[in-house]
Amino acid sequence: MRRHPRDPVEVAVTELTVVQAVNRALHEAMRADPDVVVLGEDVGVNGGVFRATDGLLKEFGADRVLDTPLSETGIVGTAIGMALYGLKPVAEIQFLDFIYPAFDQIVSELAKLRYRSGGQFPCHVVIRTPYGGGIKGGLYHSQSTEAYFCHTAGLKVVVPSTPADAKGLLLSAVADEDPVIFLEPKRIYRAVSGEVPDGDHRVPFGQARTVRDGTDVSVFAYGAMVPPSAEAATTLAGEGISAEVVDLRSLVPLDEAAVLASVAKTGRAVVVHEAARFCGFGAELAALLAEKAFYSLKAPIARVTGYDTPFPYALEHVYLPGPERIAAAVRDAVRAN
Amino acid sequence: MSTTSARPQSEPASPDGLSEPRLLGAYRTMALVRALDERCLALQRQGRIGFYAPHAGQEAALIGSALALETDDWVFPAYRELAVALVRGVPLQAIVDQLFGNADDLVKGRQMPNHFSFRDQHFVSASSPIGTQIPQAVGAAMAVRYRQAPAVTITYFGDGATSSNDFHAGMNFAGVFRAPTIFFCQNNGWAISLPRERQTRSATLAAKAEAYGFPGVVVDGNDVRAVHAAVRSARGRAVRGDGPTMIEAQVYRFGPHSTSDDPTRYRPEAQVAAAREHDPVARLKADLVAVGRLDEPGDARIWEESRAAIAAAVAHAEKAALVDPLSLFDDVFARRSPRLEEERGQCAATLGTPSRSP
Repeated sequence: MRRHPRDPVEVAVTELTVVQAVNRALHEAMRADPDVVVLGEDVGVNGGVFRATDGLLKEFGADRVLDTPLSETGIVGTAIGMALYGLKPVAEIQFLDFIYPAFDQIVSELAKLRYRSGGQFPCHVVIRTPYGGGIKGGLYHSQSTEAYFCHTAGLKVVVPSTPADAKGLLLSAVADEDPVIFLEPKRIYRAVSGEVPDGDHRVPFGQARTVRDGTDVSVFAYGAMVPPSAEAATTLAGEGISAEVVDLRSLVPLDEAAVLASVAKTGRAVVVHEAARFCGFGAELAALLAEKAFYSLKAPIARVTGYDTPFPYALEHVYLPGPERIAAAVRDAVRAN
Repeated sequence: MSTTSARPQSEPASPDGLSEPRLLGAYRTMALVRALDERCLALQRQGRIGFYAPHAGQEAALIGSALALETDDWVFPAYRELAVALVRGVPLQAIVDQLFGNADDLVKGRQMPNHFSFRDQHFVSASSPIGTQIPQAVGAAMAVRYRQAPAVTITYFGDGATSSNDFHAGMNFAGVFRAPTIFFCQNNGWAISLPRERQTRSATLAAKAEAYGFPGVVVDGNDVRAVHAAVRSARGRAVRGDGPTMIEAQVYRFGPHSTSDDPTRYRPEAQVAAAREHDPVARLKADLVAVGRLDEPGDARIWEESRAAIAAAVAHAEKAALVDPLSLFDDVFARRSPRLEEERGQCAATLGTPSRSP
């Protein structure tokens, strides 16, 4: 354990990977509140296919850690019922790619229960699910379809990119009053490790994080696209280009103030995500900047994204944005005037 | 009543059976619901409410099942269950206000008629997608068991819903987790235009329960006592920890699926006329008359009182204020996000209304 350097009060920290931080958050949430239950496929005995729920069954028992039949509809549907009755279920969907059987439960039910009941039946379910490419998962273990959920009123959509945020955002999700889609960047589950504050460390939703300060251009990213964006910024610094990298952390709610403040300073924006470009989250960011930062802009808004194709297997390195594509887009933006 | 499982229906009719005074109460509710149907179909045709899903033919199934429940039980309805809400003590006015979507409507005018939410009576918010409430009822039952509460959940759905993936998911989870749930299927013969025999080749809908590892029971849905006994028995099983039961109440939908439906396009009038021979309301009336609990003048008074109560509720609902336009932005989340605050301000400007922030 070490002290967390940025915290004014001395807080003990532990070096963890992203997936370990998720696991730590689940343990702490379940210890703190007996109403927190975990359910999903292979989450109990097996500890989750990525080991995110490892150890929970042993500590909390089969009444609180439920290995469910293989049905996403059943997982989310029963989680909704548990939440309506007053429990705080944290459901795992094994891959975001497999969430669609539960789409009706999420979009028609979970997202709308508070609204359609006039506030009588709020429904707080956290749905954790690994998302994104980079693990040679092909069409069905790689997709980034966060935009579907961002488009539905009533859902919060959160994407951590560091171990500390994985724990802090997940503890905030469990403590929230609204349904949360918690997207875990599986590509960096183990690739990134960092100091994670011990104890009840919460990161609020709607507060973006400045990964790196800069003055020439703003790079907006989230999840597994944050590390390559930071790497591109380091490369560009050697060329005399000062790129600011902003990690959005939560897509709904979006920290619009941070996005607008960054572009007011730099005048240029590059949006990075691994999801397909058309109607992707970057389109919403670009529209926001066009509506509210038009007079700050010195260059066209650029998007570095996955292509408008299904997610490939052999060509995943071609599909996914990497530091080179991000750096190239930044250079173009800086040269544009 | 027959059962598809080896488990016998051993629950005694007494003391759980319906007493004659309760049967008379059931009849009053049946009359109220039948009269409400007639009034609401007219209100919809006059353009005074937007939509209505009638209950005629299903009153005994609805009311008999609801009478078998306890206060702490939770109901996960579809959209043809207002009779259940009435039995659970929801005031008629609250139901009529929802049909009008006025400022007194507990769901704040956000849903079409018949999509009720009554928190105080544990009557969970209804939606339009078919079958989605089924796994939710199972999840709530799992929570009931986790809390060790002496309660059950019941979910209502129709014959059509037995083809939905949510039905399968809910039944399967309930079996695996031995959830204290009652699956109450009102098989009314028709899923809009699709007849029961085209919904499944299964001999009965209740037979499906066997594959999920728990009993399925077929009951005459026109017999309020039989329905009550079946639900009471299923409830006893659930509370004892013996798990779920599916009940198929065989009924017939006399009217259209909803006010948007024209059943003459898909079923012969003769079939409807034959079904009306087994009208559950007429049947209970005959039973009550036979035992001397009801006579013709008493019956006429019940219908007169029902119509008067409905007329008063409708008049009151039509006098209520309209929904506040800016309530559009409430209850999306627990608190309005900055984005919703911004849109609310824009909407207020469009409407020329001052944006009040409560």
